[in-house]
Amino acid sequence: MLTARRLTLCCLGFLALLLAALAIGVSFGSGEVSLADLWNQGLSERHQAILFQIRVPRVLVAALLGGALSIAGVSFQALLRNPLADPYVLGVSGGASIGGVVALTLIELPALAALIPQPLVVPLFAFAGALGALVLIERIATVGGRLTVYTVLLTGAIFNAFSAALIYFIQSVASLEELHAIVFYLMGRVREMPMDWIGLLAVAILIPATLLFSHGRAFNALSTGEEGATQLGVDTERLKRRTFILGALLTGIAVAMAGLIGFVGLVVPHLLRLWLGPDHRLLLPVSFLGGAAFLVLADTLARTLTAPNELPVGVVTALVGGPFFLLLLRRRGASHGF
Amino acid sequence: MASDAIEVGGLSFAYGNRPALEGIDLTVAPGEIVGLIGPNGSGKSTLIRVVSGALAGYNGRVRVTGLDVATTSQRDLARAVAVVPQEPRFGFPFTVLEIVLMGRHPHLAGLAFESEADVGLAREALERCGAAEFADRPIHELSAGERQRVVFARALTQQPRVLLLDEPASFLDIRHQVELYDLVRQQAREQDVAVLSVLHDLNLAAEYCDRIVLLREGRVAASGPTDEVFTYANLTGVFETEVYVDTNTLTGKLLVLPLSGRAQRKLRED
Repeated sequence: MLTARRLTLCCLGFLALLLAALAIGVSFGSGEVSLADLWNQGLSERHQAILFQIRVPRVLVAALLGGALSIAGVSFQALLRNPLADPYVLGVSGGASIGGVVALTLIELPALAALIPQPLVVPLFAFAGALGALVLIERIATVGGRLTVYTVLLTGAIFNAFSAALIYFIQSVASLEELHAIVFYLMGRVREMPMDWIGLLAVAILIPATLLFSHGRAFNALSTGEEGATQLGVDTERLKRRTFILGALLTGIAVAMAGLIGFVGLVVPHLLRLWLGPDHRLLLPVSFLGGAAFLVLADTLARTLTAPNELPVGVVTALVGGPFFLLLLRRRGASHGF
Repeated sequence: MASDAIEVGGLSFAYGNRPALEGIDLTVAPGEIVGLIGPNGSGKSTLIRVVSGALAGYNGRVRVTGLDVATTSQRDLARAVAVVPQEPRFGFPFTVLEIVLMGRHPHLAGLAFESEADVGLAREALERCGAAEFADRPIHELSAGERQRVVFARALTQQPRVLLLDEPASFLDIRHQVELYDLVRQQAREQDVAVLSVLHDLNLAAEYCDRIVLLREGRVAASGPTDEVFTYANLTGVFETEVYVDTNTLTGKLLVLPLSGRAQRKLRED
């Protein structure tokens, strides 16, 4: 049973894990510099630059996006009462990837470059795509003032398929160079960001995440079905709508920043649910911290495995996450009926 | 006169174009057990769902402990009304104790955790429902009958003034049926809880219900004290089948038995 004490202890434990992951992430990279150097002998200016302008922003972005994807995953799993839902299931990622891909084909336009700083073109377009998809899917899935979860799911699936087709179309008419950029964008890659922007990203992720944390007990009640939750005193319509919008926002931000990084939002919540139980008051914050740590480590692998070349982090999360997930399902799944 | 715990007046409800309830009038006083009887599809479960606040868009008046169901928040409603559904659903492998503690949800402030007192209530309810031994087991490992007792314990933990039961005994063996309804009666008599219960078992209804509301095709076919409503004419009329009606010589209550097709043919030949 969950108590405030257990929640605090678990969160502290996962915070420590995240800090360790961040330290590892900062210590390893293609440039020859590590945290230990900083302690032992001080750093040259060049090394400081690598550490504070490249690696620190990079691991912070990875942590924020990993947290966002995991908590979106937990929330959508709670909303759909299905442990196999992931952040991309409701279709918003489709809109985001269309936006990102369109941006990549337009990025060389001088008019655009004058309007938006170049590193922001793809994220802004992708986020606009995510918002567009969110509004569209919400409109379509609202029937008689009620958000029907089943319809959301179907609309999302169809929207994703439609997005994929549209992206294939763009790819088929794109130049070879654009095609390369598109493929790598879609595979998922954490980007460095200027430190000033990371604060903004943190706020944009932490506000929806905190709002979702606050619904933990209502999510527990929702596991007994919409009607069951209503009869336990949950305003189910409001909960569903908020969950969809907040989770979709987080997903949209993550895809806008880093493309489609798979498995984080599925494996992390699932693993933690098997380990710590299904109580969402614990699962939500712990998944945020655990997902953050997972993506930081996966991104570190992506940066270092084939250095100086970089693997798409989505490839790493899928290669690590996929087999691990199957193993987990084989070992623990049978006993829970999941 | 003390106001009724459940007041339903001129209630109509339709699923889309298909009417499910038409012109229902019904009251349940605190401490009273009212049985909702009728064939499949007669609107019993729909009526329970409307009174619980789970179905919006009805016409007519529905009040529970004086609260208008249409305008009261779900949270305030859930502090007054607990429901034991026909087929409770469980999406994630919560333990039995965690499920029962969900009954405290409407009583807890925003981010609050269950207090010692809440846990005490949950354990006591589990004890009374004969489910204390399951407390730490995942709900999925329990049989349908065991789950039903857990859900009943959750309803008790909600400390409601009104209990809505939708065939809570359908998966229970006879001993647990009786134990469950003994508990229901105890809640009604000692805590003044108003009970509205759907029942398929007419003999259980005869034993435990103070009054009966007989539904047929979404309308009230008959209502009144159990002995007056449970007549051969009413039952055969509503259920459209022959029944054997007698008196239980031990309790003096009505005894109703369905008759098989063969027995009915034999009856007609005689």
